Amino acid sequence: MTVSAIPSDNGREMTIKITGRFDFSSHQEFRQIYENASPDIKVYTIDMCDATYLDSSALGMLLLLRDHAGGDHSEIRIVNCNEDVRKILTISNFGQLFRIE
Amino acid sequence: MTTNPAAQPPVQGLRILIADDNQSDRMILQAIVRREGHEVLLATDGREAVELFKQHAPDIVLMDALMPVMNGLEASRAIKTLADSDLVPIIFLTSLQDAESLAECLDSGGDDFMSKPYNRVILKAKINAFSRMRAMHAQLQRHNRQMLLEQQVAKTVFDNVAHSGCLNLSNIQHSLSPMAVFNGDTVLAERKPDGGMLLFLGDFTGHGLPAAIGAMPLAEIFYGMTSKGFSMEEVLREVNSKLRKILPVGVFCCGAMVELNFHNKSARIWVGGVPDVYLLREQSGKVERFASAHLPLGVLDPHEFDPHSQDVVMHNGDRVFLWSDGIVESRNSANEMFGEDRLNQVFENTDNPDRIFKAILDQVDRFMGGSDRDDDITLVTAKMVDIEQIGMTTYESNKGSVGGPVNWTMTLALHDQSLAAFNPLPLVMNLLMEVEGLRPLGGQLYTLLAELFSNALEHGVLELDSSLKTGPQGFGQYYLEREQALAALSDGCVRLTLTHRPLPVGGELILEVTDTGAGFSYASYASEEPTAGATSETAPTADSAAHAKVQWDYSGRGISLIQQLSDELTYLDDGRSVRAVVRWPRN
Repeated sequence: MTVSAIPSDNGREMTIKITGRFDFSSHQEFRQIYENASPDIKVYTIDMCDATYLDSSALGMLLLLRDHAGGDHSEIRIVNCNEDVRKILTISNFGQLFRIE
Repeated sequence: MTTNPAAQPPVQGLRILIADDNQSDRMILQAIVRREGHEVLLATDGREAVELFKQHAPDIVLMDALMPVMNGLEASRAIKTLADSDLVPIIFLTSLQDAESLAECLDSGGDDFMSKPYNRVILKAKINAFSRMRAMHAQLQRHNRQMLLEQQVAKTVFDNVAHSGCLNLSNIQHSLSPMAVFNGDTVLAERKPDGGMLLFLGDFTGHGLPAAIGAMPLAEIFYGMTSKGFSMEEVLREVNSKLRKILPVGVFCCGAMVELNFHNKSARIWVGGVPDVYLLREQSGKVERFASAHLPLGVLDPHEFDPHSQDVVMHNGDRVFLWSDGIVESRNSANEMFGEDRLNQVFENTDNPDRIFKAILDQVDRFMGGSDRDDDITLVTAKMVDIEQIGMTTYESNKGSVGGPVNWTMTLALHDQSLAAFNPLPLVMNLLMEVEGLRPLGGQLYTLLAELFSNALEHGVLELDSSLKTGPQGFGQYYLEREQALAALSDGCVRLTLTHRPLPVGGELILEVTDTGAGFSYASYASEEPTAGATSETAPTADSAAHAKVQWDYSGRGISLIQQLSDELTYLDDGRSVRAVVRWPRN
């Protein structure tokens, strides 16, 4: 799986695109992306259009990102989930913590 | 250890086996290798090479491909088998040039090859490179052994903590691989002092020790609080705050908790992050599903956490099924998932509900076929039964004192919002268990106290109508109303007065519970044929005769149960106050 980051033109937003299986093997990569992100970035979008699956470690990574982005004040959207991905997010009720679109 | 080759001193002092049937080649190789400071063993054919390997365990083997008696390919297969998990690099020495022959050398277990004539510089570099690889391999193996050792210790500690519950009861079946704790999976069950049971299935994020470590505090809290009589909500709250506090962000526990009440035949179900809990009705064979309605444990701060459960009436023979995602996510050799449809098929196709548990495991096993079994199949099911079938709880007290206080009185009055915020039962039970003579009566006293307290709170102060509890949706409705009434409570009090005094033989405990509610017509509860006068004069509600009948019929709980548990039972002040006496020793 791969993780790639696309900052927006205004420098305040970042889209993180997940490809393939989103699991513990991408921990390091995912973490580096948001830790190296500019402090100006306030809004994150996780694009799942090419993500096939996520496991509980991936849920943990999303929580780490949320913590990094300000916890309850963070603004994180998760978009373009396929049915499997959406199901996992629904079972874990992550809709309470993230905007799932 | 550093793995930078430039920083390494030249490798010396290895034991190197040279197998070559050509004497001059043997001599040349021996000279080169010796000059680099290594010890040399010489073999003239494959069989001799294998023998020398057995006796002297060389570090690296230089092997001619074509030799009499046993050729190099065969010998290298034999040596790799003998070496087992140790890394013994084999470098083939060959005049063969065609790709196929060279590939065959590697396929038979060789790690590299060198073409004749030998180049001293290259041979030296190869020996050094393989020596580094050997060192790395040995270190990996040491780490692996160390990890297995640590896991074994952790597992032993965990087993001692986790396996103290009641998973072995006849109405529970569970599947949990011996090393499941390192998959982050855990299954716990424990009895409540009133005979009820709490069941938990959890799935921590990640693998290995990080996943296992949270299971220990979880199990401690679960067993400790459940056996002391805390409610499921309180156990969930405590587990959530503890995990939130001790686990790093990103590590949490998906789980489901179910409380079974064998007296009034009901279940309370909380699901946070694991697949639907199934409730299988024995009569109809139908499955009711309870979807995850909460975030996993350890994610939310304590004030945000929601321990509210879904409440449901059960009948004898009805079963709950809890599982982690391991079942539906099991994969076969074609990398397909077992999936929910196949799981539902098992329920549809299995007539005898007692066999479903095994059928699920069998079907998953068959589905996975030859593909690597994940050992990730965590499943627990429990059946609603009469309490006689599994027995009452033996109330275990680890209090060491002998005799204890026998002549005392305590009054605890809880006012308005303290009634919502505090459960007095564990505190009071803790005190009662100081009295040695009361310890054998623990379960019974807890039930008595719990019944008297909840009657005073729910029917007295909150004025809830217990007939609500009868319908299939009734339990949920009842608890919803209870919750709303508690949240809105601004005025009201329940007063517990406990007195213990010594008797010539043994002692007696007097429990008095008084509430500020409207009272009730206790006469109508005390007998199935209430006297007309008592009902009409003191009844707070017009339908109280029907109401009383309902409560009476309601699985013998309520007042009939209280009467059985006490030696004397008296209602005072139009039912606002109740006095129960328990004497010990009981015969």
